[in-house]
Amino acid sequence: METNLADWIRDTPEGIEANSILRKCVHCGFCLATCPTYGLLGDELDSPRGRIYLMKQMLEGAPVTERTQLHLDRCLTCRACETTCPSGVQYGRLVDIGREVVDRKVGRPPWERLKRSLMRSFLLSPTLFGGALALGRAMRGMLPASLANRIPERHGEATWPSAQRTRRMVALRGCVQASIAPSINAATARVLDRLGIQLVEATEAGCCGALSQHLDAHEAALDAARRNVDAWWPLVEAGAEAIVITASGCGTMVADYGHLLRNDPAYAERAARISSMAKDVSEVVAAEKSALANAFAGRKQRGESLAFHSPCSLQHGLKVRGVVESILRDAGFTLTAVPDGHLCCGSAGTYSILQPELSGRLKANKVAALESGGPEIIATANIGCLTHLQSGTRRPVRHWIEVLDARLGQRAVVAADT
Amino acid sequence: MNHELARTLEAIQPPPVVMVDEERLRPFETDAFVSHRQVPMMAVLPDRESQVGEIVSACAARGVPVVTRGAGTGISGGAIPHAEGVLLVVTRMRALLALDPLGRTATVEPGMRNLVVSEIAAPHGLFYAPDPSSQLVCSIGGNVAENAGGVHCLKYGFTLHNILAVVAYDGEGERLELGSLALDAPGYDLMALITGSEGNLGVVTQVVVRLLPRPAATETLLAAFGSVREAAEAVGEILGAGLIPAALEMMDRVVIEACERYMNLGFPKDAEALLLAEVDGGVEETRDALALVRSILERCGATEVRVARDDAERAELWRSRKGAFTALATVRPDYYTIDGTIPRRMLPHVLDQVYSLAKAEGLLVGNVFHAGDGNIHPCIFYDASVPGELERGEALGGRILELCIDVGGTITGEHGVGIEKLRQMCKQFRPAEIAAFHDVKRAFDPASILNPGKAVPTLNRCSEWGGMHIRDGRVPRADIPRF
Repeated sequence: METNLADWIRDTPEGIEANSILRKCVHCGFCLATCPTYGLLGDELDSPRGRIYLMKQMLEGAPVTERTQLHLDRCLTCRACETTCPSGVQYGRLVDIGREVVDRKVGRPPWERLKRSLMRSFLLSPTLFGGALALGRAMRGMLPASLANRIPERHGEATWPSAQRTRRMVALRGCVQASIAPSINAATARVLDRLGIQLVEATEAGCCGALSQHLDAHEAALDAARRNVDAWWPLVEAGAEAIVITASGCGTMVADYGHLLRNDPAYAERAARISSMAKDVSEVVAAEKSALANAFAGRKQRGESLAFHSPCSLQHGLKVRGVVESILRDAGFTLTAVPDGHLCCGSAGTYSILQPELSGRLKANKVAALESGGPEIIATANIGCLTHLQSGTRRPVRHWIEVLDARLGQRAVVAADT
Repeated sequence: MNHELARTLEAIQPPPVVMVDEERLRPFETDAFVSHRQVPMMAVLPDRESQVGEIVSACAARGVPVVTRGAGTGISGGAIPHAEGVLLVVTRMRALLALDPLGRTATVEPGMRNLVVSEIAAPHGLFYAPDPSSQLVCSIGGNVAENAGGVHCLKYGFTLHNILAVVAYDGEGERLELGSLALDAPGYDLMALITGSEGNLGVVTQVVVRLLPRPAATETLLAAFGSVREAAEAVGEILGAGLIPAALEMMDRVVIEACERYMNLGFPKDAEALLLAEVDGGVEETRDALALVRSILERCGATEVRVARDDAERAELWRSRKGAFTALATVRPDYYTIDGTIPRRMLPHVLDQVYSLAKAEGLLVGNVFHAGDGNIHPCIFYDASVPGELERGEALGGRILELCIDVGGTITGEHGVGIEKLRQMCKQFRPAEIAAFHDVKRAFDPASILNPGKAVPTLNRCSEWGGMHIRDGRVPRADIPRF
């Protein structure tokens, strides 16, 4: 599309990037078809093309109000539109810029600001979040079902293997996942141990920064990225092969470090290197295909039937498609069909808290699609999707690496729960 | 007036969404014909039929123009709003009203996406045949308005041949039931009249579509050629052999490269032209047709012929073909797609002419089109930020359309006239014929509030343009507003 950006942004790095993205869009409308919010609401303004136009006019200097902000807030940033777009419009990048500008121009009421800031402090604090989680779990029996369903159960085995290996990789410890399900990184460590790789965590590293990014705290997000780069760098210099990420939502963030810090001379180079080393755990496991086949050699019995929910961050963000599915099939699981697999489950970081109505509708649709093939378990690849989906179904929802770990240990996935 | 109408529309029960602020209206200022833009006075998004009747009546009572918009994927500007009008957006009306697998029909609301119809029909072994490139997202209502075609209309026909009945509201807000489930109906065929009328005769609120059984066998071939002319001649040979392929598509080098950037399917890199042919039907019939098409392609000089191994590969080939137009955005920042039809035997000649006209204008042109139908879609590339390039592109487009008329063809195959091709309508039709169009419009829409100024030019406009030919990019009397 033709663009004419306003003077105040045209020559800034954001303006230059936004302009080059806008110029690629030909307004064909293909993206509407795979946008979850357009699917629910049927309004152009809740579609990628509509939001692109809202952002375009804002960046061209038109007056902007909370109306534009509302439609940008409703975007899940699932990036299904990027998968659909034949002309390669990087919508995710554009909406990051658009949101920052609209928040600056329109602001938010004090209560909204407070809510976002409290959410950030709460979710990012292991003491607060971990404590509340423990309390919630202890009091589950006394809580109304609607609330009790939202408290993730503890399950799985959190012990790490002790073997020292020459091949090493660094795991992102993360924030929320470390409290809710420390078993996921532990299971990853056990699976990689069988493949001859030692997984380590850097104690100084923490949240990838995506949480802050979702809650309008862009500087805090960059600080989180810098802290992780600093924490991982000694391990990288000591020969770690990859940064392994077990939550694909965090994976897209780490993959973006190089871009986000490109204008920070102290970090640009290292951040780019970290991003190039960032791997979703599925990519790491898939690369060790023959070692995995050996680990499974001689085991005949079938695995459980399973529906896989591919997180948007995995399939649209990282563009890793079909990899987990093929690992699980090779491991003997039967994958049931999942209609509309490209659609978001509604978790989308903090979206489930900030947009509960739309998020709830997407969850109901997704659970119905996942259960349509009658699977025994549901597997996914991101902690956000996992807890979100679990609050909508009685079927166990697990990270696929835990499912694979249980199978390698010849344990039933669900019976392994404590 | 503006606010009085808005209040009236908001008072409809249950209320539709009504927008009057420029911030929310501007994203509706264009469809996929982005070179033209107009912010509407107001937009209204109903979610059920009863609201549509009241909306049209309210507008008719006030003489306010109504432009109906589906998914906004049209590329002739048919859904570009009217400055003093209401934009009636039907994308929230997308329910399945009835499905009759035995009678092979589905009754749907106009906002339902084209592909969704086939998805709904699939469990019953049925599909909906018209498949425009935008089928993923374009709406059935828009398909009726434009009489949309698609890659498979060579064998299965256009929208008109695949619908049985519609409900529409005329320019006075009267509800009309047109067509019938019977194969023939008494009286004038008004459903045929409203199909392809580009929102000029009524607002469609229900469509009964015809569903077809999925063929027992389908085979898709990809053939590479060393020249566009050889590929064009192969098209003639295939049809001349008495075959009706389900689809017969062609793309030239510019488009092949763009598609490869989009999907990277491994198209032959050195090919100047590709033909994508599909045959379907019974198992034996399809096997024979496949062998025949393959031998013709090879005889006509194909350097490589590849057959899709399975449904997944076939789907990928078609996804690439259907994404081709948008993928062209990776060639140059802007492009303009022409839609004309020509007698198929003229294909080699017209393509040669298109390339030489483009060369003379110093513009790049790429071709991806329904070769089997003689429906050409030259894409003219330009850069809107370079002064004068858009105008030169439009002038070249006009000349290509006139070339289509000169060889005995027409100025639109499936994209409609919209605002894009009003001028060429004056060349395509004589005054008596244009007057007949207006008489028909008056019968449905006496006050001319339905999508005024689109699809059919006024006779005054034609005489102002007066057999006008655009030469060297100079538009005579450019001061006259075109629409």
